[in-house]
Amino acid sequence: MDAPIHQLTVNGIDGRGIARRRQAAIAIPIVILGLFLVPIAVGLIGTIFVAFGYLPAVGGDRISLAPWRDLFAYPGIWSTLGLTIFVGFAATVLSVILAIGFCASGHGRVGYRRAEAMLAPLLASPHAAMAIGLAFVVAPSGWIARLISPWLTGWNVPPDIAIVGDPWGLTLVVALLVKEIPFILLMILAALYQVPADEHLKAARSLGYSPAMAWIKVVLPQIYPQIRLPIYAVLAFSLSVVDMTLILGPSNPTTLSVVAFRWFNAPDIAFYLPAASAAVLQFLIVIGAIAVWRIAEIGIAWIGRRWIDGGRRGSSRRSALTVPTVVVIGLFVLGGIAFIAMAIWSFASIWRYPGALPEAWTLATWIRQLPALGWPAEATFWLGLFSTLAGIVLVVTWLECEDRAGIRLTRRALWLIYVPLVVPQISFLFSIQVLLIRFGFDGTMFAVVWAHLLFVLPYIFLSLSDPWRALDPRYARSAAALGASPFSVLLKVKLPMLLRPILIACAIGFSVSVAQYLPTLFAGNGRIATLTTEAVTLAGGADRRVLGVYTLVQSLMPFLAYVLALTIPVLIFARRRALLRPT
Amino acid sequence: MMKTRLLAISLGFVAAFYSVSSAMAASWDETVANARGDTVYWNAWGGDERTNSFIAWVGSELQSRYGITVRHVKLSDTAEAVARVIAEKTAGRDEDGSVDLIWINGPNLLSMKQNDLLFGPFSGDLPNYRFVDTVNKPSNVVDFTLPVEGMAAPWRLAQIVFVYDSATVTDIPNSIPAFLEWAKANPGRFAHPNVRDFLGVTFLKQALYELVENPQVLQAPATDENFSEVTAPLWQWYDELKPLLWRGGRQFPQSGPAARQLLSDSEIDMLISFDPAEAASWVASDLAPDTIRTFTFDKGTIGNTSFVAIPYNSGNKEAAMVLADFLLEPVTQARAQNITHLGSFTVLDLDKLDENRRHLFDELPTSPALPTNEDLRLALPEPHASWMTRIADEWTRRYTN
Repeated sequence: MDAPIHQLTVNGIDGRGIARRRQAAIAIPIVILGLFLVPIAVGLIGTIFVAFGYLPAVGGDRISLAPWRDLFAYPGIWSTLGLTIFVGFAATVLSVILAIGFCASGHGRVGYRRAEAMLAPLLASPHAAMAIGLAFVVAPSGWIARLISPWLTGWNVPPDIAIVGDPWGLTLVVALLVKEIPFILLMILAALYQVPADEHLKAARSLGYSPAMAWIKVVLPQIYPQIRLPIYAVLAFSLSVVDMTLILGPSNPTTLSVVAFRWFNAPDIAFYLPAASAAVLQFLIVIGAIAVWRIAEIGIAWIGRRWIDGGRRGSSRRSALTVPTVVVIGLFVLGGIAFIAMAIWSFASIWRYPGALPEAWTLATWIRQLPALGWPAEATFWLGLFSTLAGIVLVVTWLECEDRAGIRLTRRALWLIYVPLVVPQISFLFSIQVLLIRFGFDGTMFAVVWAHLLFVLPYIFLSLSDPWRALDPRYARSAAALGASPFSVLLKVKLPMLLRPILIACAIGFSVSVAQYLPTLFAGNGRIATLTTEAVTLAGGADRRVLGVYTLVQSLMPFLAYVLALTIPVLIFARRRALLRPT
Repeated sequence: MMKTRLLAISLGFVAAFYSVSSAMAASWDETVANARGDTVYWNAWGGDERTNSFIAWVGSELQSRYGITVRHVKLSDTAEAVARVIAEKTAGRDEDGSVDLIWINGPNLLSMKQNDLLFGPFSGDLPNYRFVDTVNKPSNVVDFTLPVEGMAAPWRLAQIVFVYDSATVTDIPNSIPAFLEWAKANPGRFAHPNVRDFLGVTFLKQALYELVENPQVLQAPATDENFSEVTAPLWQWYDELKPLLWRGGRQFPQSGPAARQLLSDSEIDMLISFDPAEAASWVASDLAPDTIRTFTFDKGTIGNTSFVAIPYNSGNKEAAMVLADFLLEPVTQARAQNITHLGSFTVLDLDKLDENRRHLFDELPTSPALPTNEDLRLALPEPHASWMTRIADEWTRRYTN
């Protein structure tokens, strides 16, 4: 009983105590940031040195512009740059427009929770797995063609047309849409919890706005600031994706990140130098693209404000916005078909064109692969668990420190935590590997957990920070007024109220960890194999039956994480339904 | 130790190496004894399921026979392992590195050997090395014109063959010029892997071999002076062929296995392979129709050898050597040549084996998709690695918009 009084005394009277507490509370986020930024900065600087010719291990000991000349002398470099920028912007612009259109016309038709549950499988399937499945579905000899050949098309042999790997990268853009739209939708859903969207929509509709128009004019401007950083992450990812491009993208010319990847993997060590230049250029393109996006945002906001002021109500028909809805649903169905196709492959023994289904079925692939899956599956699980736990503890600590210090990092400072998502992986991982080896940490679980954490933590932060900050502070104040210590306020009020977003953040973190390819490879020194590293390696062997097994198992783990995240709160809060939708 | 090394250097080149000196036998026993309990991280391309299971089998044998644990580090590209050794050298870790053994040849081997990243010479120290065919299979001692000098031990042979579906293809070309005629009659039904893939550039090297006036020029490094003249007939031929390839030569499968996928999807009827027994093993594992067959060209095709090499900073060199020796054992080689297991031709000289051991090879299962010995009679030596690099660069320059 003494404690709260003591607490009040400290808070109320002792000014120096508050100052000290604040300093401590500010220091922790700075330490967490340092944990990330220092290695990435060191890695990036290392790469910049190599990009300018400095790599003593292969005899490069002076600074030169030669690697840059090599880069720009690469045949088709301008087409490569054009393609990179086209794919990056096309995928991002389309995902944003489609996701917004889908929400505008679909709002209120599907419950939030059902919507999240429907997104889970698409979010959970790793990018490479999705790409492999899609490649099979849309190819001229793929599943769609097999279903309608030869009886409808007359194709006794598959037509010789380029669908997968088309020169414009359109199939790649479609695949990116399948993965990115669910992510943006999830971020919009998270943001919707923070604004009284339903009330505002009702008000707007009573003023005569059509439902979709009301959403775009009233809700969107409120939530956009919260989905801005996720959109930048999507933009950066689409500009620098490697694994999906290798599977679905054009190969000659290809995108810049693949050029860098190939050079980093070239047998001739001298290619490290132009590879580093390409990686640095990739970084600059991402930064430039985000700047362009930001400028476009300002322009659109300026026009949009006038448009909203104009007060047009929009027609009551939903026609204009049914197109995005149909497209989004079509893309999701495509993603689902890709998944089912790979599941069928894992049980197929022979499945040749133009058979709509396998000629023979077998369990042999599963029986042969399962023993080999055990140890990578275990590594995948522990890496995911530890990096997610570390991530959630750090993020909660950070947010709690902000609360206690009564400050909030400015939006600009927040940028720092997204650095790992924005800086292309390839541009700093090699130098980080050298760093790890120097300290003797390479090839340890610790090193890989840490490397995963670089990417897991920003995503956890991305999905948890807004719900956390939107929690009405009066709950915590009331609890404190009733005598609870800050720690028990955290434990008994904040964490339970935020259980749902916390678990969803964990599920996202876990699936991010499962999907990591390059970081696992570099930090694990190849000695730590996960389902993803095994699957990408096997993708070179192209036995779809085996790939089917891997893509299924690889998607299953994150999928279970989402299922747990969505069901645990329902079970725990069965009698407190309001907690399932905090406002 | 020094004495052994010198001995190994001198013996590495000796073709007929029948007797093992007692000193060496003793030191080999020592090597085996020291290796017990060690773990070998064998870095090997992991894209082929059959090779992966073979490596797993090697691991279980080494565990039971020598108490050595083998961990297969599955690479999607051999250069990953090279890069890892470079990263370690950069960081100054000259001992106890993470790579103990690499499956390697060609430009990767050249790069590691030239940058002093390899341990050795050691292959002469391996007791089973005496069975290796160093005369009629010259690629066992000279890799892409680079003398191996005992810095790597051979373990499987590769030779270019072409695989086709006999259900759809009746006339097969017997030379590079005839190949063009075949493509004209069957446009869009052949694909070679991307030229950045070793198999893709090997296809061009094979063409160059037949089109060049004097193939001997390919045994020396390509120079700025002779490259364009020597390769002119190649590009003339390829300009005609390219539009007749799958997807009009605007797209290429990423790798050999990706081309195999195209064959079983009926997108193409013919492909190039670097493993003569591969087609037979595809049939055995339902990866391709059982109507596929294999052929080579009348004037022979390029052949080479896959090696294993030990990085200079490996912490388990002795265990790695025991593994390399195990790969050369006649029983292991016979299993590797068995199409139900791996199906890759042996590096050994069967005449050097006693009757019991030779018998192992006579009894192997056969398949109509296997090439005959007659088909494989002429294995042409690989050109110098510089031709490979330059051809790939020139191809990229010519055919990238």
